[in-house]
Amino acid sequence: MSRSPVSDGGLRERILQETGVNTARCYQCGKCSAGCPMAAETRWRPHDVMRMVNTGAVGPLQDDPSIWLCLACETCASRCPNGCDPARVIDALRERFAREAPGGVPRPVAAFHRAFLDQVRRHGRSFELGMVMEYKLRTGALTEDALSAPGLLARGKLSLTPSRISGIGEVRRIFDACTGSAGTGAGGTGAGGDDR
Amino acid sequence: MRTGYFPGCSLHGTAREFDESLRAVAGAIGAPLAEIDDWNCCGASSAHVVGQRLAVALPARNLALAEAQGVEQVLAPCAACYNRLAKARRVIEEDEALRREMPELLGRPFGNRVAVRNILEFLTDALPVIEARLVHAFGGLPLACYYGCLLVRPASVTSAEDPEHPTAMEQIARACGAAPVTWHMGLECCGGSLSVSRTGSVIRLGRAILEDARKAGAEALLVACPMCHSNLDFRQRAMTRDGRPPIPVLYVTELVGLALGIEPRRLGLDRHFVSPAPLLARRGQAPAGGRH
Amino acid sequence: MARIGVFVCHCGENIGRTVDASSVAEALRSHPGVVHAEDYRYMCSDPGQTLVREAIAANRLTGVVVAACSPHMHERTFRKVVAAAGLNPFLCEMANIREQCSWIHEDREQATGKAIAITRALVEKVKANTPLETIRIPIERRALVIGGGIAGIQAALDLADGGAEVVLVEKESSIGGHMSQLSETFPTLDCSQCILTPRMVEVAQHPRIRLYAYSEVEEVSGYIGNFEVKVRRKARSVNETLCNGCGACTQACPNRKVPNEFECGLGKRPAISVPFPQAVPNMPVLDRERCARFMAIRKGITKAVCGKCAEACTRGAIDFAQEDRFVTEKVGAIIIATGYQLYSIGKEQPEGEGLSGYGEYGYGQVPDVIDGLQFERLASASGPTGGRIVRPSDGRVPKRVVFLQCVGSRDPSRGIPYCSKICCMYVAKHVMLYRHKVHDGEAVVFYMDVRAAGKGYDEFTRRAIEEEGAIYRRGRVARLWRDGDVVKVQGFDTLSGEPLLLDADLVVLATAVRPQPGIRALAQKLSVSCDQHGFINEAHPKLRPVETNTAGIFVAGACQAPRDIPESVAMGSAAAAKVLGLFSKAELEREPTVARVDAAHCAGCFLCERVCPYGAVGRREVRDRAGRLVKVVAEVNPGVCQGCGTCQATCPGKHVEVQGFTDQQIYAEIAAL
Repeated sequence: MSRSPVSDGGLRERILQETGVNTARCYQCGKCSAGCPMAAETRWRPHDVMRMVNTGAVGPLQDDPSIWLCLACETCASRCPNGCDPARVIDALRERFAREAPGGVPRPVAAFHRAFLDQVRRHGRSFELGMVMEYKLRTGALTEDALSAPGLLARGKLSLTPSRISGIGEVRRIFDACTGSAGTGAGGTGAGGDDR
Repeated sequence: MRTGYFPGCSLHGTAREFDESLRAVAGAIGAPLAEIDDWNCCGASSAHVVGQRLAVALPARNLALAEAQGVEQVLAPCAACYNRLAKARRVIEEDEALRREMPELLGRPFGNRVAVRNILEFLTDALPVIEARLVHAFGGLPLACYYGCLLVRPASVTSAEDPEHPTAMEQIARACGAAPVTWHMGLECCGGSLSVSRTGSVIRLGRAILEDARKAGAEALLVACPMCHSNLDFRQRAMTRDGRPPIPVLYVTELVGLALGIEPRRLGLDRHFVSPAPLLARRGQAPAGGRH
Repeated sequence: MARIGVFVCHCGENIGRTVDASSVAEALRSHPGVVHAEDYRYMCSDPGQTLVREAIAANRLTGVVVAACSPHMHERTFRKVVAAAGLNPFLCEMANIREQCSWIHEDREQATGKAIAITRALVEKVKANTPLETIRIPIERRALVIGGGIAGIQAALDLADGGAEVVLVEKESSIGGHMSQLSETFPTLDCSQCILTPRMVEVAQHPRIRLYAYSEVEEVSGYIGNFEVKVRRKARSVNETLCNGCGACTQACPNRKVPNEFECGLGKRPAISVPFPQAVPNMPVLDRERCARFMAIRKGITKAVCGKCAEACTRGAIDFAQEDRFVTEKVGAIIIATGYQLYSIGKEQPEGEGLSGYGEYGYGQVPDVIDGLQFERLASASGPTGGRIVRPSDGRVPKRVVFLQCVGSRDPSRGIPYCSKICCMYVAKHVMLYRHKVHDGEAVVFYMDVRAAGKGYDEFTRRAIEEEGAIYRRGRVARLWRDGDVVKVQGFDTLSGEPLLLDADLVVLATAVRPQPGIRALAQKLSVSCDQHGFINEAHPKLRPVETNTAGIFVAGACQAPRDIPESVAMGSAAAAKVLGLFSKAELEREPTVARVDAAHCAGCFLCERVCPYGAVGRREVRDRAGRLVKVVAEVNPGVCQGCGTCQATCPGKHVEVQGFTDQQIYAEIAAL
């Protein structure tokens, strides 16, 4: 008879190193999920994420958009009885998943972050019009109201040209140093989802 | 104390009226703001999804610039920028190795010495001056003070006195003669970071906020975050069921500016999607002109 | 010439795993003065003790070193063994090679080397030991019980029935404690008052119990067998000997709007009142904060106002001028039974350093959000509603009551990591009481775990679920807020995975159990210690559960940890038994490891007197044969001295030393390392 494998607790340990959050403190009370504004729309809620990290079985999180819908509103962290920060753990998982399996990131989410950071890398600041154009191109949602440009233009809220900062070289160096792989896209974000 | 000003991308774009009203108010209360030269985007709601280091380094460059400019504190009126700057400052403070690494990463000297202030702290400090120069008090205008997330959470990063019951915005509103209502959605998230990529969620969350404000009898929403504003103002039509009257969404600086008697147009009130003009006319404040 | 025996214990694996005990024995065999050394698996066992006894006789030993565990654990055991073999027990020492040696090291060779060094040091000490005689002190056969809740009542009655005199001090105007506020009790649902009040009456009528109600312990001095306690009898403004408890004064009082503390604020009382009709003693207290007469005096009005109570009293018992009085009682033992208070979700926590309230539950400002004790009063037949469960806001019968467990408890972020233990059971009880009274009502319980370990306890909580129709939802609630005339409950059921938003008519919070305010000050007066939450520390968590670390002071009930009624009663009885055991002795025996002054050389500087933390050092006149005063020297009261050695370290001439820990002994020990 073969023996079922013993969990090495490796993921929990790595998350602790990366985030300082000891997920083992979570006793599954669900207070995070009770207050989560996205709980109504997600399959896996903050307490599920904590549980999966503890058991090392995060596979289901990779097959579902749930964690990509986290708003980082920190309601969970501010109420956790055990001082855990599920939002921070979710960030760490997103970083990990985007690196390991970028194809799994939901397309609109990946497209938005990528388009946003692309502008920042290019100009040092976000250029909304450019960002929206890029987002629409990446998602193919050309007619959706990503941000209704005419209304914004009429109110003087959308500039037509980007303003580039003079220290753009410094910003690009930061991007290169922090994302490690400048070649994976303008943002170097790795949060791509082009094959999906 | 010299205060550096970090407007952030939104205040140069979709939240121009926040920038305009802040500058007008700062001038009126005699608190000059020195904009940080050559500031860059703080990374907002995207950088932290991609990597913690990027989420810290982008704001840190601005803190380094502020330091070089010789200011002791920097005002970040945008709630997202404030949160990112304050968080970076704290993360670096707690991580000795990261702090040592920063100058090389940024290519600049960096001592993590500059304090980060949000708009509520800035206005709270100025309350005595505001009260002294009040020319147009709102006669008990019922307002719903909407904090959202980034000004109050997590408490370890923000300086909110109480993340479940903050009162700073109410105090500012009261000083302007408004009457903050008791409601329940003031700390709920509006869905800001999914504004573009998942509009449906944002509409659901925003609708609940607006409906609770209406139920509590609020005639306007008071905000201090460009993301909240763009969601609740720009997308309000989609959030509002038929026949309900629209609720103007005011930046806290706009409210203070009006109370100080500053002309609405100088405060950017004409840039809103939900026009505050009818409300202001009803309340005896001059209507905003043009552009609607 | 010293003939020392060394006995090395393996303590099973505890020492044996990291320390090679036979090598230790082997090494000691060649140590100067050691004539016998051996090791054994369990030296404290009967065969082990026999080894020691036989070796003493066979080798004519003059001293014994047992290399084993901490002296706290087994010094007594082995000193008894040594005494049985005819050697003075104080010629036996423990070399602790377990707690600070085998338990904390991993390297076997190094740990064994350390064990040898430690044992050698003790051998050197024993060589300098001298025979000491046990100190005998008289015992005052009276006991003080602090707190008149069920634990204190039980202790007082058991003591008095056992023949001891008892002084019972209760802070409130009546004994009975929290149990007198309860409606029914789990797991039998018998009426709390019905089982408690007869015991209260027994206390009042017992010839050997002296009850000081509305009183507090002011000062404590002395030591086991010989404590002196100063009690503050707070001014009731009522003459205790004249009052016959007729209640005319309370009827006459015009201020009837004072929030009633006994009813947890749910009812009103007059400014002069008894907390409840069955109060013992049945005697009112005038609340000077709320009395019109005293309010007028505070405002500077000189004319006497009101006085309706005094007019109504036919016995002239109202005494507006009464002041706090002090009485001193001599007792031989003290039992602390001060009970608990409930955690408040409000912003302010009484003596709650490090605690914070629940902003997300409205900080206690939502009227239809109450705590467990308030629910008890609503359910109680003698409560403010006569037992009708209604909402505080509008008096309507709630159709859905939501109960929240673990509010404050098991919430390290709010400052309380522990489980309050009683809540799972009383919430199940509340569910039953509610469902018995409101048949069409829905009871929803938010819980994390149901912890109902106790006789008949789990069956009780199952009954709430299976037969009483309570809906148990597993999860903590995120937020509560008032919305119109309902309380919104935003929760989550982690078992079904559904977010929940319930409209509750009434929300009952099972808030955490905390020690009473003032516990730290009292503990300081008694020289006992508290844990970080303020609960009184017991001497040993398993083996000495009702003793404290201060001899002669015992503990019972919820001031030691969250306790339910059966446990509080058991602890009260246990503490009483301990005290009776103490009182059964003719004299008290104390270890002679106390300081002694060398009167011949004492220069009379009295630095020792100044530094002694226990006030054990006094002065003695030394006279010659003709009765002329030669000098005044310091003298240590062996009954009070705790052997801490502060005097020994302070004395400039080294003329005061703790017996068994003389400089010579300590230096010999150090020199051997």
